Order: sequence, then structure tokens, then C-alpha cells
Amino acid sequence: MHMADALISPAVGGTMWAASAGLIAYCARKVRLTLRDNLVPMMGVLGAFIFAAQMINFTIPGTGSSGHLGGGLILAILLGPYAAFLVIASVLTVQAFFFADGGLLALGCNIFNLGFYPSFIAYPFVYRAIAKVQRGTPRAWAAAIIAAVVGLQLGAFSVVLETRASGISELPLGAFVLLMSPIHLAIGVVEGLATAVVVSFVARARPEALSAAETGMGLRPVLIGLLVAAAVTGGAVSWFASAHPDGLEWSIAKVTGTEEVSGSESGLHKELSSVQEKTAFLPDYGFKSGAEAAESEEQPASWPAVSAGTSVSGLVGGAITLMLACAVGLMLKLGRATRDRHDHTSQSVIMGSGES
Amino acid sequence: MTPGQWIEIGRMDELGRLDTPLHRRDARAKAVTTILFIAFVMSFPRHEVSALMPFFLYPLAILSLGRIPPGYLLRKILIAAPFAVVIGMFNPFLDREPAAAIGGLVITGGWLSFASILVRFVLTVSAALVLIACTGMNRLCAGLERMGLPRVFAVQLLFLYRYLFVVAAEGSRMRRSMQIRAAGPSAIPLRVYGSAVGHLLLRSMSRADRVYRAMVSRGFDGEIRVLHESRLRWADAAFVIGWTVFFAAARTWNLADLLGRLFMGGLS
Repeated sequence: MHMADALISPAVGGTMWAASAGLIAYCARKVRLTLRDNLVPMMGVLGAFIFAAQMINFTIPGTGSSGHLGGGLILAILLGPYAAFLVIASVLTVQAFFFADGGLLALGCNIFNLGFYPSFIAYPFVYRAIAKVQRGTPRAWAAAIIAAVVGLQLGAFSVVLETRASGISELPLGAFVLLMSPIHLAIGVVEGLATAVVVSFVARARPEALSAAETGMGLRPVLIGLLVAAAVTGGAVSWFASAHPDGLEWSIAKVTGTEEVSGSESGLHKELSSVQEKTAFLPDYGFKSGAEAAESEEQPASWPAVSAGTSVSGLVGGAITLMLACAVGLMLKLGRATRDRHDHTSQSVIMGSGES
Repeated sequence: MTPGQWIEIGRMDELGRLDTPLHRRDARAKAVTTILFIAFVMSFPRHEVSALMPFFLYPLAILSLGRIPPGYLLRKILIAAPFAVVIGMFNPFLDREPAAAIGGLVITGGWLSFASILVRFVLTVSAALVLIACTGMNRLCAGLERMGLPRVFAVQLLFLYRYLFVVAAEGSRMRRSMQIRAAGPSAIPLRVYGSAVGHLLLRSMSRADRVYRAMVSRGFDGEIRVLHESRLRWADAAFVIGWTVFFAAARTWNLADLLGRLFMGGLS
């Protein structure tokens, strides 16, 4: 459920970057204040462990498929929420850089979706609340599974909200939720099982390894963190609410005069869209459906660029530009050995193509 | 995650340690340019395709100057493609507004925005990949730390990166030995999984302890010192400013369209 850059608008990406950066700074200070020097190498190695553990698969009981550890919840159990959040953030950063798993603009979203919920919601309020100090008991297993499901569902719902608020994907909110929620329910159960079985093994083999996280974790800082997150989210919502959604949808909502057009009238979708309407996340955001196709004949006026001539010139120009870009790249490659001052040459080339 | 991907990550590390003039540019300059690039690309309205084309110049230029093999990068981009493709695929079905026409062929807004998503995907992903391939993790983390990244987090990134290879090698040895003994599918029952991954975890944790003791014996006092060797030069400023001007120009004017019109005008 790593989000990709291609589906995120700069406003959403920037807001989530700010939220995640704030959380990273807060957690970094918290970790520095713990005065446990050995936490530094432990966090690094456990981050690497998450990568390595993902190479080993287990068969999911009752089905033919296999699954592996995702990592958020087990890190929170092993390290406590603050250090776990930093480790998850670093794992996601490395994934973004080296595997192109999620992009740089979406990194803030991904860190928030996959780091905040398991560390600051699922672990303290679900796992710890249910499992207390038990390990390896059925109660602790149930706690791990429920916590993993809760964390992933919240994360998946955030993915939907962030994608929707970006407005690049056309997928309606309700359908998107229906697409993401069941998948992440299954992933959550698998994640919970994997977490529980590993934790109960460690509890049997080396119980002292698990004691690290259980000290110095009050609920007050978590509540403050939640308040900060709420404030950030509120700021983000008001930001989107004040910004005009540009492009086709804006104009269609104006032209057709439909405030709310939904693709299907099924219960969940209806409810969600009414919730969406109430919270005014993106007011007046209309979505087209098949029923509106007839109206679309009146549309061309709202789309200024529908003219065969400009479309063709755009296409031809796009192709030429792409070829030019490739040619410049090739030239730079060929001339690389002889040139020393690359920056000046490459920039003059850029300026040249920019003016052509 | 397959072992194949680990070999790939090692290749990325080798690329990052090359020494081209581009690799010697300050990490901060390249990081800022990359962020600006992604922000400019994603700021286009969602039906835009042709105006995005000039932006290919940036990753292609970096690719060439940084001696990054294009095929390798392309493979990495393709591996990462599914999410954007799956989510974007719905656009053609949901948005059937006619948005453009080429000859007699009418293209709907959904197809345009799907194409736009794919182009943006390739652009943004390749920008992130070329950044790391022409900078390297160590230089990048040092640069980011000087830009205000909390030190604890910068150190965490470096530690993670440093032990990634070691712990991953341990994981893949474990996986290989299990495969040899099981002679079956690579997935194992949950109980066995618990002890296998549990052992991996305990080994990782005791490795962390050994690392910590080694650090303490070498004078570690809780504070990590990152070497600052790179200094901002005029060329770095020129790099950022030059590219920013280009991005801004490409954002303001549809360069591809202008070029296309010029070309069509010349023909007729």
C-alpha cells in the first residue's frame, strides 16, 4: 500500500510531508532523551531485520497463498512507539530511494500511513490495551491480530483520503474504499499472525529482549501527539477546502449544476459520500457516471483545448520534445569524457531547448 | 522481496560511489533540485500530457552525466509500476469526457489523465532513483542532515543502510538453507516461520549488541558525528538555479506544444 508520487498532488504531498517531518522531529527528540545509547544500533539493525524478514514467507493457514511480515507492529512491540516510528520511516525512505516503492513526494504520506497508525494508535491503544503484559497467550495473539488489522485499515483509509484529495485518480471514494478495505483486512490478519508468532517465539526464547519497550511509555505524550496530528490534519483540510479544485470536475460541477453525483447507490457508498459532503473535504466535487454521458455533449465549451489542431500539435510537439530530451541525454553521454565543466554545458543546452 | 532485489540494491550502492562531476555536486543541491522537479511535475493539471515531455530532459541528463545504465533504471521503474497503473487504470472508465481529438479519433479525458499518471509516474520515480544513484546514501544523508533532518533520524538511515546488506545476507542464507532442506514450495508453516524469523530477529538483536559494544570501545558517547566534507560551491548554486529556471519555463509555457506548432507551421 505504498502510495506512488504519480497520484499525489503537491498540496497533499506537502501537507503529509510536514506532518511526518514533525513526527520525526518529535520522535527523534524523544529517542535522544531516553538516554539509552544502545538504542541507536538496535534501531538500525532492526530496520535491516524488517527487510530481511520480508524474504521469508509462510503459508497462510487454510489458504494456498503465502504471506510475510510487514513490520510496523512488531517494531512498536520491540522498541516502543517513538523508536519504532523512526525505524519505519527510515525503512520507507530506503524503499523509496532504492526500490522506487512509493515516491519522494508520497514519502510523507507513506510514513504517516504505515508509521503513525501502528506506532501511535494500534500499539498503545489496541495491542497494549488488550494484551497488557501477556505474551504468547491466546489473548496476546488476538491483540496482535486486532492491532494489525486496525493499523492497516486506518492506513488504507488514509491512502484513499489522500489519493482522493489529490484528485488525480478518478476513482470515487466509496469504490476506492471497497477496493482497499478487504485487501487490507486480509493483509492485517496475516501481519497479525506473523507478528504474534514471532513475538511469542522471542518471549519463549529470550524474554528479556522484549522488555525494552515496556518501560517509560505513558499515555499522555501519545495523546499530545494525537492532538498535534489532529491540528495538522485540520490545517490540511482547511487548506484543501479553500483551494479550488481545478480542471474538468470544477467546470462540470458548474456547468451541469449537479452538486453530488455518485456512481452507485449502494449503502456504503451513499453513506461515505454523505460523510464526505458533511465534512466538506472537497466541496462541490462532482463525479461523472454513465448516466451523465448524455449531458457530456454540451461539455466541449468547458474544456478549452478541444480542437483537433492543438491536440495534434501537442502530440507532435510532445514526441519531438521527448526525442530532443533523449538526444540531449545521448549527447551528454558521448561528450562526457571530454567535458569537464558539465554543469555549464548542460545548462546552456537546457536553455537552448527551452527557447526553441 | 527476492534475493535478486538485493543484488540490485548492491548495484545501486556501487553507482552511488562512482566519482563523476555529477557525483561531486553537493548532495543538498541535488536533493533540492529533485524535490523541485517532483513538485513541478505534480503541479500540472491532471489531463496534461504533452507539457510534461520537456521534463524528461532532467532524468535523462542526470542519467547520462552520472553514468547510470538506462536499462537497469528502466527495470527498477517497471518493478515499481503496479500501484500507479492499477489505480490509474480506472480513469478511462470513470471519465469519458471527450478531451482531445486527433484527426477523427476522439480521446476521452480518462485516457488522457491515465496517460498523464503514467508519464508522471515514470518521471517522479526516475528522479528519485537517479538522485540516489548519482549521490550515494552516505553523501545524501550527510547532506540532508545539514539541511535540518534530525540527527537521530539521519544516523538511523545510515545505520539501517549499513546493516541492510549484512542482515539481508543472513536472511537469504536462512532462506536458502530452508529451501534446500524442505525441497518444496518456498513458503513454510506458521510455526516454523515463527522460530525461523524469531531466530533471525534474535541474531539481529545480538548483532546490534555487539555493534554497540564495539562502538563504545571506540569512544562512542551517545553522539554520532557525521563527516561534513562537501561544501557548497558556485557550481552547485548554478545547478539548482539552472534547472529551476528550466522547470519554471516548462511549467509556464507548454514547450512541447510550441515546438509542435512550430513544426506543423513549417510543414504547411
